[in-house]
Amino acid sequence: MSSADQTAAITLESVPALNRMFRFQWEKAQDCYVLLYPEGMVKLNGPAGEVLALVDGQRTAADIIQTLQAKFPDAEGIDRDILDFLGDAREQLWISL
Amino acid sequence: MSNSGSACNGQPSQAPSLSSIPGHGQPLWLLAELTYKCPLQCPYCANPVDFASKTGELTTAEWIDVFTQARELGAAQLGFSGGEPLVRQDLIELIREARNLGYYSNLITSGVGLNERKIADFREAGLDHIQVSFQAADPEVNNLLAGSEKAFKQKLAMAREVKAQGYPMVLNFVTHRHNIDQIDRIIELCVELKADYVELATCQYYGWAYENRNDLLPTRAQLERAERITNEYRDRLAAEGNPIKIIFVTPDYYEERPKGCMNGWGQVFLTVTPDGTALPCHSARMLPIEFPNVREQSIEQIWNQSNGFNHFRGYEWMKEPCRSCDEKEKDFGGCRCQAFMMTGDANNTDPVCSKSPHHDLIIQAREEAELPSHKEPIYRNERNSKVFCKS
Repeated sequence: MSSADQTAAITLESVPALNRMFRFQWEKAQDCYVLLYPEGMVKLNGPAGEVLALVDGQRTAADIIQTLQAKFPDAEGIDRDILDFLGDAREQLWISL
Repeated sequence: MSNSGSACNGQPSQAPSLSSIPGHGQPLWLLAELTYKCPLQCPYCANPVDFASKTGELTTAEWIDVFTQARELGAAQLGFSGGEPLVRQDLIELIREARNLGYYSNLITSGVGLNERKIADFREAGLDHIQVSFQAADPEVNNLLAGSEKAFKQKLAMAREVKAQGYPMVLNFVTHRHNIDQIDRIIELCVELKADYVELATCQYYGWAYENRNDLLPTRAQLERAERITNEYRDRLAAEGNPIKIIFVTPDYYEERPKGCMNGWGQVFLTVTPDGTALPCHSARMLPIEFPNVREQSIEQIWNQSNGFNHFRGYEWMKEPCRSCDEKEKDFGGCRCQAFMMTGDANNTDPVCSKSPHHDLIIQAREEAELPSHKEPIYRNERNSKVFCKS
C-alpha cells in the first residue's frame, strides 16, 4: 500500500479492499448496511451498501460494475457513479486499492 | 393518547400519561463494565467512589444474556470496560460470544495484565479493537498517576503489540494539569506508535476525578496552549500525508454552554455495571434515582419502560432557564450528574451553562485552578473507597 496507490485515479482495473479499521455488515435493526469501526458506525445508503458488499480485495472495479449492472439493468451511468463512490470511499479511508 | 407505533409498545394501557413519555432511539452502544477490580489507582477514575460496596458480579451466562438482548434492540458497539476488564477470567468467552452476535467489540484497558498471547487469542476470538489508555507521555508522571511503577513500560509494549497484530490502534490520553503541558510529547509518542486515532481527552470531573478536581483541572492558559499545539501538529501531520486522526476534547469547565451529554438521556447509550445495574451513562449511578437491574428486568423493559431510563427523556422535567431555552434541543440541559453534584438537584441546568444561576460554581473552579498549591490526590483503591462507603 504505497502512497502513490492512494492518490492515483481509480480505474476499471483497480481492486478495492476494505481497510482493516472497518467491518462491513448488514444491520437488521438499522435496515441497512453499515461500516463499524472503533466506537462508531457509518450507516450506508442503498447504492453505497450494494457497492461495498462487492468489495472483497478480489474483484476489480469492472467486476463490481458488471455485477451491479446485471442486478439493476435499468440504472443509467452506473459505471461513473460506482467509480466516483469508490473514490469517495478511499478518501474516507474506508477502502484502499 | 394512543401509544401505538411508538417505542413504548407493550406498556400497560392504564399507565399514566403515556403521551408525556417521549420517543427515543435504540441502545446502539452497550458498555459492559465487567468488574470494578483494577490493578491501577488512577485518581480520575470514572467508577463510583463507593465501588467497594457493590458486590456480586454478573456471571458469564448473565453477561451473554445481556449481550443477546441488547443486540436484539439494535446495539452494534460493545465496550468491555471496568475497572480493568482483563481481570475477568471469562473475557475471551465473552469476546467470542460478542463476535457471534455480530457486535463490533472494543476492549478498553489499561494494558496492565495484557500480553502477546492474550492479544492474539482475543483477535482469534473476534475482538475488533483494543484501546490502551495512557496517563502521560512521561513515565514518571504516568506511574505516579496510575499508582504503579511498571505501568508505563507495560503500556508501551502492549500498544506496540496491538498494532503489530493488526488491530486498529486508538490511543487514549487522559489529560489534566500534570500532563497537559507535555502535549507535544504525547502526540509524538502517538505518531511513533502509528496510532490510527488519538483521543486527547480532558478529565471528566465525575467519581474520583470530582473528588480530585483541584489537583487535576488545568488552567485556561494550559488548555489554550495545548489546543494550539495540537492544531499545529494536525496541520503538519496532514501536510506530511499522515492519516492519524487527533481528537482534542476540552473540559466543559471552560465552556459557556453545556455538552449534549450522552447525546441525550437514554437515547444511544446503555451501561451495565458489574452487579447488573443498568444506567443511561456510566456516571448516573450517583443520582438519587432507582435504576433497574438486568437480573430483575429484561433489557427491553429497562430501555423502553423503566423509570430510570425515562426520567430525563424529553423536556418535561426541565426547570428554568432550560425549559424556555431555544438551545434545549441541542444540549438537553447538559449533564444531569454535573447538575446534581454541583447544585444538589439533578433537574437543574448544568452549571457549565452561563445562563445557569449556579454558573459561579464553575467560575470558582476555574479560579481555583489558577492557584499554585494543590492537595494530594485521593487514589482510587479499595481502602479509600471504603471511606466513601461509610460517609
